[in-house]
Amino acid sequence: MQERLKELQEEAIQKIEQSASLKELNDIRVAYLGKKGPITEVLRGMGKLSAEERPVMGALANEVREAIAVKIEAKQKGLEEAAVLEKLASESIDVTLPGRPVNVGNHHPLTRIIEEIEDLFIGMGYQVAEGPEVEQDYYNFEALNLPKGHPARDMQDSFYITEEILLRTHTSPVQARTMEKHQGKGPIKIICPGKVYRRDNDDATHSHQFMQIEGLVVGENIRMSDLKGTLEVFAKKMFGDDREIRLRPSFFPFTEPSVEMDISCKICGGKGCSVCKQTGWIEILGAGMVHPNVLEMAGYDSKRYTGFAFGMGPERIAMLKYGVDDIRHFYTNDVRFLKQFSVEE
Amino acid sequence: MFVSYKWLQDYIDLTGVTADELAEKITKSGIEVEGVEILNEGIKGVVVGHVLEREQHPNADKLSKCLVDVGEEQPVQIICGAPNVAQGQKVAVAKTGAVLPGNFKIKRAKLRGEESNGMICSLTELGLEGKVVPKEYSEGIFVFPADAEVSVDALDLLNRDDEVLELSLTPNRADCLSMLGVAYEVAAILGREVKLPDISLEPVAEKASDYVKVVVEAKEDNPLYVAKVIKNVKIGPAPLWMQTRLMSAGIRPHNNVVDITNYILLEYGQPLHAFDYDRLGSKEILVRRAANGEKFVTLDDVERTLTSEHLVITNGTEPVALAGVMGGANSEVTSDTTTVLLESAYFNGAAVRKASKDHGLRSEASARFEKGVDPNRVRAAGERAAYLMAKYAGGEVLEGAAEADTITVEPAVVSITLEKINRVLGTELVMKDVKEIFDRLQFAVSIEEDTITVTAPTRRGDIKIEEDLLEEVARLYGYDNIPKTLPIGSSTPGRLSDYQKKRREVRQYLEGAGLYQAVTYSLTSEEKATQFALEKSDTIRLAMPMSEERSILRLSIMPQLLEVLKYNSARQNDSLAVYETGAVFLSNGDESLPVEQEHLAGAVTGLWHSHSWQGEKKAVDFFVVKGILEGMFAKLGLSDGVDYVQAQVDGMHPGRTAEIHLNGEKIGFVGQVHPSVQKELDLKDTYVFELSLKAVLEADAPVLQYKAIPRFPSITRDIALVVNSETVSGTLWGIIVNEGAPLLKEAEVFDLYEGDKMEAGKKSIAFSLKYADPVRTLTDEEVTKVHERVLDALKEKAGAVLRG
Ligand SMILES: [Zn+2]
Repeated sequence: MQERLKELQEEAIQKIEQSASLKELNDIRVAYLGKKGPITEVLRGMGKLSAEERPVMGALANEVREAIAVKIEAKQKGLEEAAVLEKLASESIDVTLPGRPVNVGNHHPLTRIIEEIEDLFIGMGYQVAEGPEVEQDYYNFEALNLPKGHPARDMQDSFYITEEILLRTHTSPVQARTMEKHQGKGPIKIICPGKVYRRDNDDATHSHQFMQIEGLVVGENIRMSDLKGTLEVFAKKMFGDDREIRLRPSFFPFTEPSVEMDISCKICGGKGCSVCKQTGWIEILGAGMVHPNVLEMAGYDSKRYTGFAFGMGPERIAMLKYGVDDIRHFYTNDVRFLKQFSVEE
Repeated sequence: MFVSYKWLQDYIDLTGVTADELAEKITKSGIEVEGVEILNEGIKGVVVGHVLEREQHPNADKLSKCLVDVGEEQPVQIICGAPNVAQGQKVAVAKTGAVLPGNFKIKRAKLRGEESNGMICSLTELGLEGKVVPKEYSEGIFVFPADAEVSVDALDLLNRDDEVLELSLTPNRADCLSMLGVAYEVAAILGREVKLPDISLEPVAEKASDYVKVVVEAKEDNPLYVAKVIKNVKIGPAPLWMQTRLMSAGIRPHNNVVDITNYILLEYGQPLHAFDYDRLGSKEILVRRAANGEKFVTLDDVERTLTSEHLVITNGTEPVALAGVMGGANSEVTSDTTTVLLESAYFNGAAVRKASKDHGLRSEASARFEKGVDPNRVRAAGERAAYLMAKYAGGEVLEGAAEADTITVEPAVVSITLEKINRVLGTELVMKDVKEIFDRLQFAVSIEEDTITVTAPTRRGDIKIEEDLLEEVARLYGYDNIPKTLPIGSSTPGRLSDYQKKRREVRQYLEGAGLYQAVTYSLTSEEKATQFALEKSDTIRLAMPMSEERSILRLSIMPQLLEVLKYNSARQNDSLAVYETGAVFLSNGDESLPVEQEHLAGAVTGLWHSHSWQGEKKAVDFFVVKGILEGMFAKLGLSDGVDYVQAQVDGMHPGRTAEIHLNGEKIGFVGQVHPSVQKELDLKDTYVFELSLKAVLEADAPVLQYKAIPRFPSITRDIALVVNSETVSGTLWGIIVNEGAPLLKEAEVFDLYEGDKMEAGKKSIAFSLKYADPVRTLTDEEVTKVHERVLDALKEKAGAVLRG
């Protein structure tokens, strides 16, 4: 009997080891450990044994059962793990296929430039001032030292609606309005972005509508050296620390002295190339000390207050910064163009 | 202004300063030099040749066979195609081996069987612009004066061994519209002296005043008129050096008298006019305003109709010139002229501008009057011209001049303190530095303690106030030398306004939701201006539009965004989402500025989502776009105040459009573009919205306040309601929310069925209702009680019954 049990144990273990599926294993469990299984049968025959032999044999039978059960359990675990692995293997995917696209748009390049400039000046204590795009002749010209008949009005042929109302030709009227609102008191530190309009035929370098961003600082001790320092901070942050700046005297009716600022050409490093017209310098903005007539007209005592102003074209800056070759791209809104300005810098 | 480097040396010593260096210095001290042109660049091997013989080419009608002495041992044979080539001429010959502009190399050649050893050149072939070539040579070769020496460099003889600086002048620096003005500027920059031109004349007994009387009626327009008379002139070509200087400055030579007036225009900046004295028909010059409707033929043979705003020079009765603009055909200098009346005058800029603008006659002369000439140079310019006419036209200059002079010329006297200079510029200059700068400018100065008083010469009409002096100091001290500082003193907080901050958030949100930002034009056509307009308003039209397409200020952004979609769609991008923020313009009557309303518009067309290899494709629909808006309102905390109301909007699909209401006010619309409009634009189904961004950004959002997170479970009841087809879910939702409060926390549509299992005219809408209480667990009975109330109300108010 003892031998029979040992035999059964070996036989079962062998079958368990050979079993290849959970079902097969379960069949083995039922076959050997079930109520109709051979071990049960052996135990039924225990009645013929003596009282001394019975517990011994009983213990042995349980040992055998236990051994088989443990083996089955171990095997089952193995088979289950294999099954999981097999299932996972069958679930594998091609990870190189493209993902489901998430729709994302982005800023127009001009907004991108304007916000960059705004943020830069906000960091220096400026506020963003806005004003109407349709303006009175007074704010667009007269308050800026451009009386009627002034020859410099030729420089910016304008879209008039009536004799006194026109589409603003620059964002400077916002400066005039802001100064007027401050009623002769300082300090003022503003940056004014917005759309402006001039009578130009649209071509690669001209647009009848374009953007401008201007700055104005008015206070009791504002010096030309402050303008120079401010513009340098701006130029280096906007175009890179390695760029040089140069100020050239110029003329604007609303500032005196007036300057134009050039930055060193990035493409040729100042040696001269077609982009900088062989000069090594690229014109970026116009600026100057606010003309005393402009201060006085806005109610400031020009003996006490001084100020500086500067203005630039986001289109031009975007064209230089990104290498855009035609100003019309900004207003055509070809998505193949717009998309290119999605990357954060 | 074109400035010849060689010519400038008549007035100032430029030793040790190359043209490029000079350009750099001028630019840095205030006048931008746009470029320096080397006139003989890329040309070599062109000499003066003598045409010894000229005969017809045996095989070609239009060609000549010439034997030309070019200073070599043997004369060379050259075939020439110019109609004006003739025996005895001195001409410019590009010898074999010569190079002409455009790297055109001259080689020995055979032309129709005849050998040609070089080329006889026209001026354009030597790099001059056609418009400056004298008329007699414009169709052929240029002919040198007979005394030109054979074999010398022809380009040197033409003064092409020169460089021309192109000055870009700002309106305040009209003083540099003359060689002398530029000389003063350069003198200040270099610290050198100015040499004035020669005007010494042999005296003649007769007096100009015996020949002509000058009367000026329009004294304001013409405070100074000087007439000189030059007798016995012989009209002929001006000396070659003068012609070449004119050509380098962009002016075409005509004859000695006319060329001299133009030469003085360039030299002194003073426009002159030469009349044929004998053709004037009187001994009088009368300057007056024209009569309205008065007719006058200018020397370009065009009859002009004048008005009382135009200033004319007359012979006492008839106009003989439009003052400062153009002379008359009736008194023009011709080859027969022997006596010249030379006008040198000060005309008021405004009077000249009016005439030049009205008649489209802008010229070098009118431009100078418009910007203001130096009143102190009027006589000198006349004297100098007379001197040149004596010298180069064989004339006799009569004693004195006939004048009308009411002008008062007072040089500007301006004072400034050293303290102010340093305070405004941020510099630490001493008085000696400042004085030296004004000395170099040849401005007279007097110094008293801290104050410097400057008398500006009249040629510098731009110097009027102390800031003008500041500018002179700054530019000649050098902007490079001004220190770099940042503003000090009381400051302002740098920040965006709430409105600006929220606008940025809206943009960011929309881009995150998949829309690209577009920027379009504010000006549009009459037709498009009013399409999709939210607010009714008259259109605002430009007084003088450049085109009909851009003549009216827009009342809505939508037509432009649809144009953007159309443009992209035509370029294989037919699935696209864009938005724009910008002003629209509502008329406020002719007298006032329009109301500028900031709008937000969006447009989505084609596929909203597609993932090809997974077979996913979803075209945009109403709910995509509405969802975008809902997200935006949620972000701004405005969801509770927003309603969508089915509406009819022109240009929109009548059944798929809603007005957007914010706190009961209509602020915009959302929906599908009308299919016929879509078709017109060749667009796929397109859903759009436009609303007043101003209304949205200025609406008050509720103050952000934390609400406890529910700790007790909620109970959900789903109901499917059968209603009439026209009943909208929003109505049902409203009833549910109203009746269910306060226990009802959420109600959400989860199914809509309109299929054929429904009775005709009916549909089924299913809601999921969530009940909860923040402080305890609800019992089933409590929920049932409220839920029954909701169902009763639905039945009563909307005829909604539970679907069986
Ligand atoms: Zn460069």
